[in-house]
This record gives sequence, C-alpha cells and structure tokens, in this order.
Amino acid sequence: MRHGKYPLIITFLLPPLALYVLFVISPYLQAFQISTTSWLGYSAQADPVGLANFRAMLHDDRVWNAIGNNAILLAVVPVLTIGLGLFFATMLSMGGRGDRAGVTGVRGSAFYRLVYFFPQVLSVVIIALLWREIYHPNNGLLNGLLRAVGLPAPTWLGDPRTAFWCVLAVMVWSNVGFYVVLFGAAMSAIPRDIYEAVLLDGASRWVTLRRITIPLLWDTVQVAWIYLAIAALDGFILVQLMTNGGPNFSSDVIGLRMYETAFGSESKFGYASAIGVVMFFLTLTVAVLALRAARRERIEYS
Amino acid sequence: MNRREILQRTAAAGLLATPAAGLLAGCATSGGDDNNKKDTGYQGTKSAQNPLGVKEAAPLEVVIFNGGFGEEYAKAHEAMYKEKYPKAEIKHSATQEINKTLQPRFVDGNPPDVVNNSGAGQIDPNGLVSQGAIADLGELLDAPSLDIPGKKVRDTLLPGTVEVGSYDGKFLVLNYTYTAYGIWYSTKLFTERNWQYGKTWEEHIALCKQIKAAGIAPWTYAGKHPRYMSWPLISTAIKFGGPSVAMAIDNLEPNAWKSDAMKAAADAWHQIVKDKYILDGSSGLDHIQSQTAWCQGKAAFISCGSWLENEQAKVTPAGFNMTVVPTPSLSTGDKLPFEAIRGTAGEPFIVPAKAKNVAGGLEYMRVMLSKKGAQDFTKKVSSLPVVAGATEGVELPFGLSTVSKALEASGSNGFNWVYNNFYRKLERELVDAACGEFFSGRIGPAEFLDQCQKGADSIAQDSSIKKYKRAA
Repeated sequence: MRHGKYPLIITFLLPPLALYVLFVISPYLQAFQISTTSWLGYSAQADPVGLANFRAMLHDDRVWNAIGNNAILLAVVPVLTIGLGLFFATMLSMGGRGDRAGVTGVRGSAFYRLVYFFPQVLSVVIIALLWREIYHPNNGLLNGLLRAVGLPAPTWLGDPRTAFWCVLAVMVWSNVGFYVVLFGAAMSAIPRDIYEAVLLDGASRWVTLRRITIPLLWDTVQVAWIYLAIAALDGFILVQLMTNGGPNFSSDVIGLRMYETAFGSESKFGYASAIGVVMFFLTLTVAVLALRAARRERIEYS
Repeated sequence: MNRREILQRTAAAGLLATPAAGLLAGCATSGGDDNNKKDTGYQGTKSAQNPLGVKEAAPLEVVIFNGGFGEEYAKAHEAMYKEKYPKAEIKHSATQEINKTLQPRFVDGNPPDVVNNSGAGQIDPNGLVSQGAIADLGELLDAPSLDIPGKKVRDTLLPGTVEVGSYDGKFLVLNYTYTAYGIWYSTKLFTERNWQYGKTWEEHIALCKQIKAAGIAPWTYAGKHPRYMSWPLISTAIKFGGPSVAMAIDNLEPNAWKSDAMKAAADAWHQIVKDKYILDGSSGLDHIQSQTAWCQGKAAFISCGSWLENEQAKVTPAGFNMTVVPTPSLSTGDKLPFEAIRGTAGEPFIVPAKAKNVAGGLEYMRVMLSKKGAQDFTKKVSSLPVVAGATEGVELPFGLSTVSKALEASGSNGFNWVYNNFYRKLERELVDAACGEFFSGRIGPAEFLDQCQKGADSIAQDSSIKKYKRAA
C-alpha cells in the first residue's frame, strides 16, 4: 500500500490548502499591499504612498488609545478567565471532599457544568445585546438589584469610568464556561491515584491545585492563554455592539478603529489596512511570546 | 508528533485565522480600469418624450436601504418605471448594509444603477464624491417633470434640496425626504398638565423647572449617540447669530465652533445639565431606549428628526400625539424668528458614475420625483418627500402634520448645515464624543466647544480628506 500513499494525501490536502490560500493567505497579502496605498475604497484607483499610513498612525491619538485599551484587555482577560476557569473546574471535579470518600466534585456539578457552558452556546451578538439590557441604567437587571438593596445605580455603559470595564466583564463571563469545560476534560485525564495519594498526605485543596493540578494541566492552560490573548486583542464585536467605543472613546479597541476608519465614519481603506497590519503583528508577537514564556518541561504519565 | 505539538500547532492555526485582520482584505483593488468603461453603458435617443435618453429595453438595477421606510415604496416606483418602459427588466434588492454589500461592486466598476445610500451602513459620501464615483444629476434637474406640466424637475423641489446634495456646485445626491429637526413633546401630556411650550430660553427653563417639580424629567437624549443633542444646540446658535454661524462650521473656518453665537448657545444649554433637567441614566441609553422612555412619559422633551414618529410607531401609546417645535429663542435680538426650524432633505439616492444604465437611473429618479411617485411615497411611509405639494389630499398622521406646519411657519427662515455630509467623521465621531461629555456634565461649555473645534481642526489639517466649500 505504500506506493498509494501520496495520491491519497494529495487528494485530501490539496483542496483545503487551495481554499486556505485563496481565502486566508491571499487576503492577508493583499492587506499588506493595500496598507501602502491611499486607497479610498470605492474606485480602482489606489496610489502608493509607501509607509505614510504607518507614520500617520504613530501620531494618531485614537489608535494609541485603542491599543492601550487592548493592552489592558490583554493583561486582564486571560488572567481572570483562566483563574476563574481553573477554580470552577477544580470545584466541579474535585471540590467535594467533606462528606464522601475519594475525589469528587461539589454536589450538582453536572448541573453547574451545563450552566457554565450556556454563554458558549449563545452567539456573541446575542450576548452583547443581552448585557446591554442588563446594564440598562433605568430598567436593567443590574441596577434593579442595586436599587433593591439601596445602593446607588451607576450608568455603566454611559460612563467613561465604567464602560470599558463593563465590556471587559462580559468578555470574561462569555469565555469562562468554555475553559471550565476544557480544564475539566483535561483534569479527568489526570490519574485519580495521584489525588488519592495527595489526599492521604493531607494536602489542602489550594496546595493540590497549585502543586498537582496546574502543573499537570500546563499544556492546556498554555493553549487557553494563547486563545484568550488573541481574543483580547480583538474584542470588536462586543465593543461595537455594547458601546461603539464610547463614551468619548473610553472603550475603543483597535479592531473597532479599523472598522470605523474603513466602513464607519470614513472610507480610508488604505489607512485601515495599515491598522490591520499592525494588529496582525501585535497578535503574532503576543502569541509567540505567550508560547515561549509558557514553555515548561513536559510530564508524562507512565 | 506528541500532544504538546498538536496543541501548539492548533494554536498557531488559530492565529492565522484571527478573523478581524483579514476582514479588510477581501476586496482587492484590481477592479475595472477607469477609462475603458465609458462606452459600454446603455444610451437611447433623446427626445421630448425621453429627455434623458433612456434605452427602452435596458435593464435597471435598484438597491434600496431597508430601514425605517422599508422597500415597498421603491417597488411601487419600480412598477411605475416598468409601466413606462415595459421592456426593461428591473432588478430590485434591499439591504441594511449598503456599504458592505456594494463596496466590492464599486471597486469592480460594476455598481447598480440606483443606490439608496442611507442608514448606519451608509457609504461615506465624501469618499464617493472625492473618488468621482457618483454621476452628475444636473441633467435630471433640467428635464421636464414627468407629470407636473410646464415645470422642470428643479422647479418641483422644495428649497434646499439641490443645495444639500451639491458638492462644489455639482448636484450629485438626491435626498428624497424632507426632514425637520426640532424638539418633540407629547401634546397629550402637555394638555393634561396645562403646560405651554416656551418660545424663549427663559420660558423654556421655567417650564423645565415646572416639569421637574411635577415628577417628570424635562429632557432625555440618546446618550450613546449624543450628537442628537448637537442639533438643538447648533440650531439655537444659528437662530441667535444667523446662518453665517452654520456656514463657518461647514467650511471648517478657524474657530467656527467658538463663535459668540455658539458660546451663547452652549452656555444656555449647559443649564439643563447643571440644573439636572435630564432623565437620570440618559447617558447610558441608545436612541431607541431614550425615545421609548420619552414615549412612556418619563421625560417631556427629546431632540430628533421627523423620522421619530415612524421609528416609535410600535411603542407610542394611542393619543400621545407627538408635536415638533423649533428651539427656543435665546434673546429678543435673535437674527432668526422663533419659527425658524432646521429643515433639510435627507434619505440620499445616487446614480453611480460607472452604472451601466445611468440614463435609466436618472429616469428612475424622475419617476420618484413625479407627483404620482411622491404622493405614493407619502401614503406608504408617512413622510414628506422633497416634491412640493406632494402631501395635497393625503391625510397625514399627527406628528407629520405638525412637521408640515412647522416647516410652513418657518418658510424662508428655515436653515440647515451640511458639515455632517461633507465630513461624516466630524459629526459621527468627534462632535458626538464632545456632546457625550457635555450633556453628561463631565465638561463645561468652554471645554465642549474646545473639543468640537479640535475635531474640526483635525479634519481641516488632514490632507487625505477632500474639502468642500459652500457659498449659500
């Protein structure tokens, strides 16, 4: 059968590869080319301007403001999401200890697992609209609760001090469920006898998590980190639907800046492509750094 | 390959699939050449019956913005066109995303023949104009009206229609509806409470005080699109200082936003912020949420254009009877009388320069601007078209009848500005952000005008944006 291997591989690989080149690689390359032009998007005329778009970006306060917000997302979203994800997953798969022998989750863990996964089933657009109503300053669920216990009711998305953090919270909320399931699956692959041994040695839950679970889950955490970092550099859909970058640009992100520059308030496609190119390199850099920084020794279960 | 490598490669693949960065690149700049398209268009022979030279059998493609007006009115216009040219095949489509749907076709040199370039997904008019992508509609203006005998199309239009659609003296954009921008209240609420709309700013503030004492918020606004509040503010300034205030802003003159009239208007409007005459939480509401709060009687006044009645039709209680009124006068020395209101043509239609059937596109507009076409539009969507007398014999809903009356009372004192058409970004992003800060009370009037001026200056200094001037 050995001689028949290559035709088979080629038949299976070529069509997807061709599609990938056509719909992913070629647009990327074109974006690079467009970013060096002053193309305005509605005619075939695109004058080359060299690196002028990138130079203009250096002095564009709005772009820097957006990058700053993405940097905050990058610093906060993965940490919070992974932290919460690990916590919930631990509780679900080994949190219940008090009344039973062996390693089990808290009571009703199957139910919680399902509930945590809900946001993952909803489309991001629905999530954004849902939370927009929750944050509604007068009729929203959140302020309803606050008023019920006699606390002041902020305007949330209408206040530059809170708007960005409100969106950030939704970003974490919508992601946690997926990572609970991911970490939970990875935890179930860890041999039970390790935990039983730890249990016999009298380790606390915190020590178990820190010394046993996290090291054994490291690969999974690393992947989670990269995905979340990429998500943090995007954030476009939530921001556009919840605040559209406002008030006063306080919740702007770079993806929205790119969109506004091309499709929103202007039609500078050349400049927007340049923003896209910068975004591409930022994402690439962050992912590579995350991979490098998280590299550790692999543990093989014998 | 072990598990770790697989995971790493999956991550790398995820990287390449980062969706947003690739978004822009879907459309290459390799479309049709600028010069070789000229002669492929359809052209018929011009005659008295056919002043625009429509080729009878040429197909016509119309793309409609499927927003507040829907698409039925356009289908009716298409049927009228078809009646005149039975051999013509009409391709109709409607979308909310004019921009994303049509951008590749513009680049490709293959745009439709008529585009209703409207809505949030509107194509930036400045971008279209500066790239020569729009056909000159001048010929249409000088053609005879389809069914108003003895009149050219130009003479059937309401004042200001041609001006607002002109760029550097060329009439490029036909704005089909006539919109009044003013302050709205519920006649029912005001009659019940025996409130009287104040004609001067002092009376307005006194009324606000009275309304607040009655437990209702005097004002609310779309906190997420706070530019809605720039309209009454600029209107107040124009009435105080005369139309030159608007001209200076439109022409990006230095310190146009800091003129004495603008200062007086900003100082005046700051009072409703200072005295907390705005519904709590307004800054967190979008336009629909704030308008709904207003319809529910939680606030007395709101700033909006005359599409408000249509937009709120589903949630407006029976007998609410919304009324539009001009902004109050600042002083007895105002250059324009109290009745002066901002009226302008809106709802843009264009014929792309590279459309195959430009003559057909113009003819379609002539159908829209015929008395029959305009009256049909009024009946179907309860809005005023730019054709004079189109509302004769049509019963208007309450709100629209007040719009009609307000425009009549305003007459030749009516005013308008167009910087939002010239420089979409200036209104939709920069002035918008400044209004948000100002009407939520985070900045005062001086800082507000400063921020607007900075925005205008940044547009003026941006050499990649084409500038326009208007003389009247």
